[in-house]
Amino acid sequence: MTNQSVLPESPPSVTTDVVAWVKKNLFDGWFNSLLTVGIGFALIKFLLSFGEWVTTKARWDVIPANLPLFMVGRFPASQYWRAWLIAALLVSVGGLTWGMLTLSKEVEGNHQIGFSRNTLIGIGILAFAIVLLPLPTPNKAMILGILSLALGGCFLGRLGVRKIPIIGGVVAGAWVVSLILVLWLLAGGFGLETVGTDLWNGLLLTIFMALISIGLSFPLGMIFALGRQSSLPIVKFFSVTYIEFFRGLPLVGILFAAQVMLPLILPGDWRIDRVVRAIAGLTIFTSAYLAEAIRGGLQSIPKGQIEAASALGLNTPLSLYLIVMPQALRAVIPAMMNLFLSLFKDTSLLAVVGLVELTGISRNILANPNFLGRFAEVYLFVATIYLICCSAMSQASKQLEANLGVGKR
Amino acid sequence: MNTAKIPLWRDDRFWKIVFQILAVIVVIAIADFFLFNLRLNMARRGSIFSFDFLSSQASFDIGEALISYRSSDAYGKAFLVGLFNSLKVMIVGMILTTGLGIAAGIARFSNNWLIRQIVTLYVDLFRNTPILLQLLFWYFAVFTNLPKVEDRMLIFGSLYISNRGIAMPWIGNSTVAWLSLLGLVGLAIAAFLAWQQRTKIIVEQGASGQNLLFVLLGVGATALVLLVFGLQWTFPVIDDQGATNGGLRLTAEYCSVLLGLVFYTGAFVSEIVRSGIQSVAKGQWEAAKALGLNSGLLMRLVIFPQALRVMIPPLTSEYLNLCKNSSLAIVIAYPDVYAVSSTILNQTGRAIEVVLMIMATYLIINLLISIFMNLLNSSVQIKER
Repeated sequence: MTNQSVLPESPPSVTTDVVAWVKKNLFDGWFNSLLTVGIGFALIKFLLSFGEWVTTKARWDVIPANLPLFMVGRFPASQYWRAWLIAALLVSVGGLTWGMLTLSKEVEGNHQIGFSRNTLIGIGILAFAIVLLPLPTPNKAMILGILSLALGGCFLGRLGVRKIPIIGGVVAGAWVVSLILVLWLLAGGFGLETVGTDLWNGLLLTIFMALISIGLSFPLGMIFALGRQSSLPIVKFFSVTYIEFFRGLPLVGILFAAQVMLPLILPGDWRIDRVVRAIAGLTIFTSAYLAEAIRGGLQSIPKGQIEAASALGLNTPLSLYLIVMPQALRAVIPAMMNLFLSLFKDTSLLAVVGLVELTGISRNILANPNFLGRFAEVYLFVATIYLICCSAMSQASKQLEANLGVGKR
Repeated sequence: MNTAKIPLWRDDRFWKIVFQILAVIVVIAIADFFLFNLRLNMARRGSIFSFDFLSSQASFDIGEALISYRSSDAYGKAFLVGLFNSLKVMIVGMILTTGLGIAAGIARFSNNWLIRQIVTLYVDLFRNTPILLQLLFWYFAVFTNLPKVEDRMLIFGSLYISNRGIAMPWIGNSTVAWLSLLGLVGLAIAAFLAWQQRTKIIVEQGASGQNLLFVLLGVGATALVLLVFGLQWTFPVIDDQGATNGGLRLTAEYCSVLLGLVFYTGAFVSEIVRSGIQSVAKGQWEAAKALGLNSGLLMRLVIFPQALRVMIPPLTSEYLNLCKNSSLAIVIAYPDVYAVSSTILNQTGRAIEVVLMIMATYLIINLLISIFMNLLNSSVQIKER
């Protein structure tokens, strides 16, 4: 009997060789090699000419000269501290929510900071870029302070999950309170200088519109989602009609209709502000989509849950409130995040109906005779702002989806 | 038998009825409130709800029209011109989006690292910026910066690109050309049938199907002749005044709307295609490779038909989004149905009527696409017994 071991042959070691990697990924066969060479050539040519344009031909002075306009538009300069306060408030509450959502109770102790490595690197790069940017030093300090507020809020949120049992309610309350505070800081009154809605511009208006619309469409969306799932035929009919009607219309049409129709269908002596009409349009539109998202969550709940609830003697409202909704909303969080992302992008359509948000203000700046023809510079800058915000949100939604284990439980 | 009556206020059926009656009352009250105010406000403005204005003279010009239109025509006709312009963007847009989305989606699975990275970058960039900004960028930053008509760019000797748009070779507008086009369609159907027949013979009888192969070759040769000579291609020519004649001329506005919509929606479609392909079980890939199918056949015969089942419902909503987003053409002055309607509204002040017309138009278009896609969907689903 031989002593030879019959262990299976170990798999070939994975080559981490650069040459082997290049051969496998770039020059695997003649067709791939041809593609690599062709695309590589075109790419280098494009990057060179783009780089040349960025460094020599493009006149970037339009951006620093108008930076306050892009951010807050014609908001009075003496009141800029209010815009900073709004940013700080929203970022802290956002951090708090994020900290709460990413720490599910089951996986306690799992990465304490609440941010994945890549997110932390991203925040680091952002902070570094801000330090390098040609901004006044106080502004840099403000932005860095706000970034640290996000981290602090996140830490508090994680602490809260362990210490406070009703953290979800606390965070929801924090959102409501901070939205009211934001509204107060924007509009003024009650001891603050009043600022007319025509002075709410730029990125500030973009963020405000997106937040207020998703906030207002939440209760509406919930009602219509429940209505659509309901066994009451009349309620169901109304809900389906509402959802399908507004989902079939283009947003710009709804916004336009809201601008021209609302003054007609409301009492003549109600003076409705342009911004309020836009909020109404966005809310009507978003609530139809939100209703469909929430319906997805409702459908994901096993029937046994509802049957168990009625076996315990809970009536329909109570079983919805205690059993169905908490589970459904938890499953819907990533979808809502995506909806918020597209709403954030869609606020750009407000420029078409005459509101001066980020896209609108860039059109105004381009109409300034001093900056004629700087389309590419301005639009690239604005696109970068949208890109950073939206990429951050889509990354967040992906991580939430993984953390909440949607579809796994 | 227990006949103790349930008190009314604990009876589920009672509450269901009460709740529905309440819902009806609330909806009627809201509708009544709106209609009451509407009537009051319209009376105050002295306007009466009617579509009569559609037959009065429009007296504004429209930059491009598929049907002949002059500013002395009626508002109704102007609306129709806008509708056709919209349909032109939507239909061509849907076709191009499908092509781009499928190509980009499949390219995500390429062996080539460079292609994968470029496609990922494309999807991230275009999905995360607003469509409105992209349209503005295409029109103001790309097309206005292109060379003037005098020193236009020439690609492949026949494609002119300038800041006024794109001019390209196109089939001539003659009876022969149209007949040839008809012939090509007929040949395509014949080729498809012959191909199916040949596959059937190969599979069922194990024969080579050589006769049909010759038929296919003949069809191909005829099609080539028709394509090159029968269609009577006309090429764009620039005369002394700098005007372009012949060929197909697309305005810068149309090209910007089309490119903006196609690149934006294409990014979303490519994600749908990617997730559709990923949803096909790994065993299917392995089995197809084990059978010796090359990567093209593997995709076409095994993976794609199965991925299609997952892809079609979300694809439908992307098509609907494309159609709805085409209304943004107004920002770059492309005269689509929404842009023309808002001009009509500005001129006539007929808010209710025009808004109703816009809504009806988009709802009908959406409905038609949904019906068509649902038919397609039911045809690709697994046929179960």
